[in-house]
Amino acid sequence: MSLDPVSSDSRAQAALALHRFGFGPKPGDIDRLAADPRGALLAELNAGPRPIDDPALASSAEDARATVAFQMEKKREREARRMQASSGNEMAGQNMMASGESNEMSVRKPGPPLPQKIYLGEAQAHYQAALDADIGLVERLVWFWSNHFCVSADKGLVRSLCGAYEREAIRPHVLGKFSDMLLAVETHPAMLLYLDNARSFGPDSIAGERRHKGLNENLGREIMELHTLGVRSGYTQADVTNFAKVITGWSVYPPRRFAERGGEFWFNERMHEPGAQTVLGRNYAERGFAQGRAVLEMLAHHPATANHIATKLVRHFIADDPPADLVARLAKRFRDTGGDLMQVTQALVTAPEAWRAPRTKLKKPGEWMMAAMRTSGLQIRDVRRLVNAQNLLGEPLWRPPAPKGFSDDSAAWVDGLAERLDIANQTARLVGNNGGEPDAMVDAALGPLASAETRQTVRRAESRPQALALLLMSPEFQRR
Amino acid sequence: MSNVFHAPSRRELLLASGVLFAWAHLPRAALAEGRDPRFLTIVLRGALDGLAAVAPVGDPDWVRLRGDNALTLGSATPALPLDGFFALNPAMPNLARMYRAGHATIVHAVASPYRERSHFDGQDVLESGFVKPGAADTGWLNRALATMAPAERARGGKEAFAVGPVTPLIVRGAAPVMSWTPPKLPPATEDTVMRLLDLYRHTDPALARALEERIDLAKIAREGGLAMSPQKRGIPAQKGPGAYIKTYFADSAGAAAKFLARDDGPRIGALAFDGWDTHADEGVANGHLALWLDALDGALAAVESGMGPAWKETVVSVVTEFGRTARINGTAGTDHGTATVAFLAGGALKGGRVVADWPGVGEAHLYQDRDLKPTTDLRAVLKGVLRDHLRVDARALDDAIFPGSASVKPMGGLVST
Repeated sequence: MSLDPVSSDSRAQAALALHRFGFGPKPGDIDRLAADPRGALLAELNAGPRPIDDPALASSAEDARATVAFQMEKKREREARRMQASSGNEMAGQNMMASGESNEMSVRKPGPPLPQKIYLGEAQAHYQAALDADIGLVERLVWFWSNHFCVSADKGLVRSLCGAYEREAIRPHVLGKFSDMLLAVETHPAMLLYLDNARSFGPDSIAGERRHKGLNENLGREIMELHTLGVRSGYTQADVTNFAKVITGWSVYPPRRFAERGGEFWFNERMHEPGAQTVLGRNYAERGFAQGRAVLEMLAHHPATANHIATKLVRHFIADDPPADLVARLAKRFRDTGGDLMQVTQALVTAPEAWRAPRTKLKKPGEWMMAAMRTSGLQIRDVRRLVNAQNLLGEPLWRPPAPKGFSDDSAAWVDGLAERLDIANQTARLVGNNGGEPDAMVDAALGPLASAETRQTVRRAESRPQALALLLMSPEFQRR
Repeated sequence: MSNVFHAPSRRELLLASGVLFAWAHLPRAALAEGRDPRFLTIVLRGALDGLAAVAPVGDPDWVRLRGDNALTLGSATPALPLDGFFALNPAMPNLARMYRAGHATIVHAVASPYRERSHFDGQDVLESGFVKPGAADTGWLNRALATMAPAERARGGKEAFAVGPVTPLIVRGAAPVMSWTPPKLPPATEDTVMRLLDLYRHTDPALARALEERIDLAKIAREGGLAMSPQKRGIPAQKGPGAYIKTYFADSAGAAAKFLARDDGPRIGALAFDGWDTHADEGVANGHLALWLDALDGALAAVESGMGPAWKETVVSVVTEFGRTARINGTAGTDHGTATVAFLAGGALKGGRVVADWPGVGEAHLYQDRDLKPTTDLRAVLKGVLRDHLRVDARALDDAIFPGSASVKPMGGLVST
């Protein structure tokens, strides 16, 4: 189906700006933006990404060291308990009970294990930024790029690093140069661990020869296929293999061996494949780390990358079938500006198509959850509730099933509708009767975008919670 | 994609990505013969290492190729002998048992027509049934269904289902698809649902259709006792490494079977399991891959028991986007390759054999000097099953279902009709 294109009514345009480019309106936002919706989006871009300066959050390297220390400590405790159990066998029953209890008390720390604690703390900051944002365009960009360059918390140490990764490698660059974000991402320990490069040895490197270790082409392939050029853009298996050799040695200081630098990026010369490599027909004779940086620079400025990024941006924000003209214009802006993402994003939000396209896209689960909370004024009381809800909706936070990330295509999400209803219902119960008059809720959430049918359905609800659940599930609130 | 380790919430992740579908369409031509066939497809996402699942222990180059990673009949945990040349990974005793009973067939050195090494394009070709990736946004299973007549049964032909909120390509298309997820939250009241449905019917037919299907499905699930925890449904709690994976695979495959087994249930379904991308520390005998194969084996056993008497009319096909490098890479894993295995299981099979035009794994025989060479087209296998088991029209198989595959003849003799 397609909801009608938005009229030129300025409140309708403000509501569209909030839903299509932001995380949905908070009460009063539609009126606030109505004077100049485009200007408000551009102003948010100019203000740039707000850094997350929560003192409770540590750097990824600190998190890595703390996690490894935690794991070693747990291992020692397990061994100590085993020793104690075998030596305490002769003790009398009563004593054993008592010592067993106190023993348990001393080893079992309250709350979830450290990696999960770090993950939840980061999740809280990630959601809070989306809830606090004015419109949310910059936060949407953080989510978009985080998904484009995704890592998975389900891979070993990455659980402790994935949140910091988004703060360190993604957030600062969403309106900067694409090449800077690319370099930050591909040298970040979370990515190097996720796609196995931290353990990829040049077959003829010093360490590779001595330890009989070799190449792992996982990261090399996905950089070309997913992060830059896009699949079927002309590179060959030889390009993948050679590029994988170029980035051998891009690794991570193991926290077990390096007390101070553990968890930081490590260019390990001893793992690096020596010699020049040919990638996409060009010879790279640089030595060491510079060789990989040069190839990344070439990939960042390749025309195929411009097309790939432009297509993904338009598909995410505007339409499942991206209008070819708009993609071509964004790709050109990308090429002309050397991948300046501020200029590319400005071109996107000021394009006529961005305001004309029918609202056919289904919000992704996390976007929809944030919009639901913003419109109903719910605060994060227990972040696990949000994490669980996003799981249930098929988009578990920082846990994509594959390096391609979650789909931007609406077709992938429509079957989750019943789960959305359960979440909407739960949200409405939490809000209870504090949700305000149904008509006012519809106005604040949708303004002129609300159809007569939706207004009537919400107005006729048997209770305020039911009215809110129906509003959150209405087509105009689901689609953008 | 990479190995995924055993994080506590792995099960939830899979619940989100493993998906199970079926339709209310009936294989009418088969029904006319007095049969009532069931067909379930399991897609293994991430590219299964076929040589680690089914080892060519009789190939003189095998041990030279993989060294310590080569499964043999003399391994610490010996591989399970199949036919004197091939042996099955020891993590799959149930499949071995089915094989001996004539209820499983293994096809080796098999590949889809895709010859590059992108997971996502490879899955696109595997699931779309087209020769090239990105050619269509419908799946071959859905188009096969579209050639069958819709059921006209008690519930108006809507009793079909899926598990999970994300729709995979293999089942997308014109034929109606439904999905089902075990309930975790207190559901909305029926009154709320009906009001919402009424709104959708007036404003957004696509959302209306999605919601209607879920309502019907929830009803079947309640009636079938599926709205309960796995343990209450008699799925034993698993312990130890991989417990989440084993429980999840067995649970979702078992639920699929129970739906398919019902007299008034759907007849065709699909299910996807992630986690086969073994770039590092593959663990053929007792690591990651062994756990995943163990879980797959448990899933096949759960289908067998969940089907009950309908097992004798069942074919399950297990397919993956491509294989992996023949040699072990620098990190005790394997990178993306070409040919691999496909499994068929079910009481309707004339099984108990390995079908392979074996290319050999000597240096000279490898595809592009790195992968197992493909000698059998996966489409031939699927076309054989669709034609002989479900009686799908042969011309539709060549054109609509696997477009451009007229030269790929359906493999005969797979099912015992």
